Amino acid sequence: MIPTAFDYERASSVEEAVHLLQSHKGEARILAGGHSLLPLMKLRLASPAVLVDIGGIQDLKGIAVEGKDLVVGALTTHSELSRDERVKKNLPLLAEAAGLIGDLQVRNRGTVGGNLAGADPASDLPAVALALEARLMVEGPQGAKEIPMEDFILGPLLTALGPDEVVRAVRFPIPAETWKGAYAKFEHPASGYAAAGAAVVLLLDEGGTIKEARVAITGAADMAYRARAVEEALKGEKADEEVFTRAAEQAAEGASFSGDLFASGDYRRHLAQVYTRRALRKAVS
Amino acid sequence: MAKVFGAAVKRREDPRLIRGKGRYTDDIRLPGMLYAAILRSPYAHARIRKIDAEQAKKLPGVVAVFTGADLEGKVGPIPTAWLPPDSDMKTPAHPALAKEKVRYVGDGVALVVAEDRYIARDALDLIQVDYEVLPTVVDAEKAMEEGAPLLHDDVPKNVAFHWQAGNDPAPAFHEAEVVIRQSFRQQRLIPNAMEPRAAVAQYNSGSGEMTLYITSQNPHIHRVLLSNILGIPEHKLRIVAVDVGGGFGSKIACYPDEALVAFAARELGRPVKWSEGRSENFQATTHGRDGIIHAELAAKKDGTILGLRLRMVANMGAYLSTAGPGVPTILFGLITPGPYTIPQVHVETYGVLTNTTPIDAYRGAGRPEATYVIERLVDLLAMELGMDPVEVRKKNFIPADAFPYHTATGLEYDSGNYQGALEKALKMLDYEGWRKKQEEARKEGRYIGIGWSTYVEICGLGPSQVAGAVGFQGGLYESATVRFHPTGKVTVFTGTSPHGQGEETTFAQVVADRFGIPVEDVEVVHGDTDRIAMGWGTYGSRTTPVGGSAIAVAAERVLEKATKIAAHMLEVAEEDVEFEGGVFHVKGMPDKQAKIQDVVLQAYLAWNLPQGLEPGLEAQSFYDPVNFTYPFGAHACVTEVDGETGEIKILKYVAVDDCGPIINPMIVEGQVHGGVVQGIGQALYEEAVYDENGQLLTGTFQDYAMPKARFFPMFDTDHTVTPAPHNPLGVKGVGETGTIASTPAVVNSVVDALRPFGVKDLEMPLKPEKIWRILSGGKKS
Repeated sequence: MIPTAFDYERASSVEEAVHLLQSHKGEARILAGGHSLLPLMKLRLASPAVLVDIGGIQDLKGIAVEGKDLVVGALTTHSELSRDERVKKNLPLLAEAAGLIGDLQVRNRGTVGGNLAGADPASDLPAVALALEARLMVEGPQGAKEIPMEDFILGPLLTALGPDEVVRAVRFPIPAETWKGAYAKFEHPASGYAAAGAAVVLLLDEGGTIKEARVAITGAADMAYRARAVEEALKGEKADEEVFTRAAEQAAEGASFSGDLFASGDYRRHLAQVYTRRALRKAVS
Repeated sequence: MAKVFGAAVKRREDPRLIRGKGRYTDDIRLPGMLYAAILRSPYAHARIRKIDAEQAKKLPGVVAVFTGADLEGKVGPIPTAWLPPDSDMKTPAHPALAKEKVRYVGDGVALVVAEDRYIARDALDLIQVDYEVLPTVVDAEKAMEEGAPLLHDDVPKNVAFHWQAGNDPAPAFHEAEVVIRQSFRQQRLIPNAMEPRAAVAQYNSGSGEMTLYITSQNPHIHRVLLSNILGIPEHKLRIVAVDVGGGFGSKIACYPDEALVAFAARELGRPVKWSEGRSENFQATTHGRDGIIHAELAAKKDGTILGLRLRMVANMGAYLSTAGPGVPTILFGLITPGPYTIPQVHVETYGVLTNTTPIDAYRGAGRPEATYVIERLVDLLAMELGMDPVEVRKKNFIPADAFPYHTATGLEYDSGNYQGALEKALKMLDYEGWRKKQEEARKEGRYIGIGWSTYVEICGLGPSQVAGAVGFQGGLYESATVRFHPTGKVTVFTGTSPHGQGEETTFAQVVADRFGIPVEDVEVVHGDTDRIAMGWGTYGSRTTPVGGSAIAVAAERVLEKATKIAAHMLEVAEEDVEFEGGVFHVKGMPDKQAKIQDVVLQAYLAWNLPQGLEPGLEAQSFYDPVNFTYPFGAHACVTEVDGETGEIKILKYVAVDDCGPIINPMIVEGQVHGGVVQGIGQALYEEAVYDENGQLLTGTFQDYAMPKARFFPMFDTDHTVTPAPHNPLGVKGVGETGTIASTPAVVNSVVDALRPFGVKDLEMPLKPEKIWRILSGGKKS
């Protein structure tokens, strides 16, 4: 449980962090909450030469409502996210999902930026970020840019973040119209990660018809994904049990499922369907 | 003064442990201390062709690298200390570092000692070992087959022992109207104490004295075994295990690692520390359970059980661990009849070696396996006969007036009232109410199940004579010294070695209660072979019934002497003195009195003692129990199975346990809660899995599912009180009851829930996918 030797740098600003990453030419990794990277290092599955600790950068902390967006600083912990009144009021499913991550210690240390940048295929937040169409505010040598969540995750543990880029914050648009959302999770009893987690956002018209649906699933497949077929099946329909059941049957479309010791691919596919329906049901209940 | 025996005194251990003020082995830092790391085999079975440690030795900061060849004549083999009699046992040699062959993933190959733990760890990667990989066997039944890979040349067919007990069950099966046959797998579990193992060794080359701080449940056993292994005379070897963060059986065994640390400290003349990492703990600390039991139960159509025949194949791992062979034999076999009158019982056990981590005691040790088998069989019998499982239990219970009761396996159950515990649990659960709810739920397509487990266990290990008769290579009495200090404060020295159970509190309660002094005035000392005369340690729910009884006897001896002094002070005859609430007074003259503190002071001043009486006030006891204790109880579990996903939710859990008089109800409840959760862990979540190459696939907490508090509802616990008739406190032990009782209660409950699907048995752990496959297989009724 002892990592290989590494150098440690402490950045006092995002710009300095980017500079440090650049100067170490791909040998450096960012240390935020340390709840994804450090376990890998202890098992010697990751051996970065340098850690750039961004934990002291004040700019990366805090939650704010900016116009129509909820902006969450990258260093915001899962605990802060789950307890924040603005999050609970504007995007309750985000607060709820954050409160289901790992255990209390993990939530007290783990950060939103680190979670999304880690791109663990069983992590809870990617599903919620996908369903809320979040955008990651990224800082790099070429300056600032925004990457939509859907373009951010490229594969298991793989993102569009460059080796010298830092996630500054995550921008979660607050749906303008009447909407409902929920996150439902089947927890892996060992790791606490999602064996299947479904996040749903339903934009409704006055009559209760679904104008637009956004459904994202994590944990079940080899990466978090938008369940487009489910969304299509919901669009223009009444938000009722029959519609949900029919739509959720398509939750596994377009994703690839593989098994492990805990659950086979078949079972994970089934869980994706069941938990999509449960999230839909929960959203309107 | 309020009575402290029976009061929910807060655990006095907790403030220091919670605030980080405990002294665990890893907290010890000695001047000049070096750090050790152990290179472990990545292969489950391989011949070692060559070990090249030159690169590692060159790494700056590395002080030494030792391999098996360096131990020659200095570190002897690791012993097995439980040799079940008449079992044709073959004990294969277990070298502290593998020389010719490695036999499981985690088997020690080399020891690195360096200036810090980081360098030591880095050096492991620089040691080159040339392995010739050999065929591997991880399953015990396969290991017995013709042509299976052989682990040890001197153990044919990998069968280390074959043991049997009981009488001839053939007549029962001849007479039987119903025979239930079922095989039950006890999956392998990983104990996962919160604190992994650690050792710090300090050797004084001038005096030849070795102090070894280790994570131990039984320091005196470790002292005698390590004395032999290291060739250090027992009086020159001090074992210290003060704060130990849980063991669950895994800190009973004598491991190679602690011996290696002591060896290195002696060789290098500097203190050496080794701390096991969590991943290392998964591989190198003993595992528990692992066996298959082929069971047959003979009964009459009215539900009367006639006989029981069991054949167990127990996976012992790659070597026979210290107490390992006693678990699937003595601790399993003798208690298999459970709380029932079963006149004919026969048990046989094969202990088989495989390329896996060695197996030893794990909370309950043998008794959970036995209870699981009989409690599942009773439910299967009820199902077969269309009877209520509660009725079958009642029908076969040993009646409350039949104690002491002699079992077909040779035990004498001392006392019991099994009906009483069951009746209480039935009421607490509202059994009839739940049966109605179950009926209604089924109509709605929901699956609720109710499961029972009525158990009896062998605890308070045990009479030394019996220990000898069953091949345990030690005594099982316990020592205690109770010492008054001149100011009236008391130190109690116990040979047991609590490591989370709370005896620093409960033992102080016993003494404070007897002397009528505040609990704060009593300190309990354990875990140091230099401070404590002798001890056999903490396991087998023996600490309170045996260690507590030793303290009670010693306290009585102290009081006898104090009474003599008090009588002298009060100028009356000894028989005219009464003692109550901390005060001696003359019979019929309550005003003529002396406080115990005043008497103690006089004992030490010795200005005016009765003629012939020595000064001082302390007493020692070596208490050897005349029998085991037999705690019992009734547990019930209500579960609901999610019809879509197979997830299992526990709706209600009722535990009625009888551990005799309760010293501290809060601590007892804590033991029951922890035990119940640990047993449910086996039923629902935990499983160590090896692939066919002997790689442990569940080697981290990401894959090995430990039960978490949030998985459970609050448990309803209560007690009946049937004292053990043969020890001075009447206490029976409660450390293992929960684990022993809960596993079958949960499985019985889930099987009951799935009755509409024609389910008769389920293999543990009841993972949701397993249940989902049954559910999606379609209903049978």
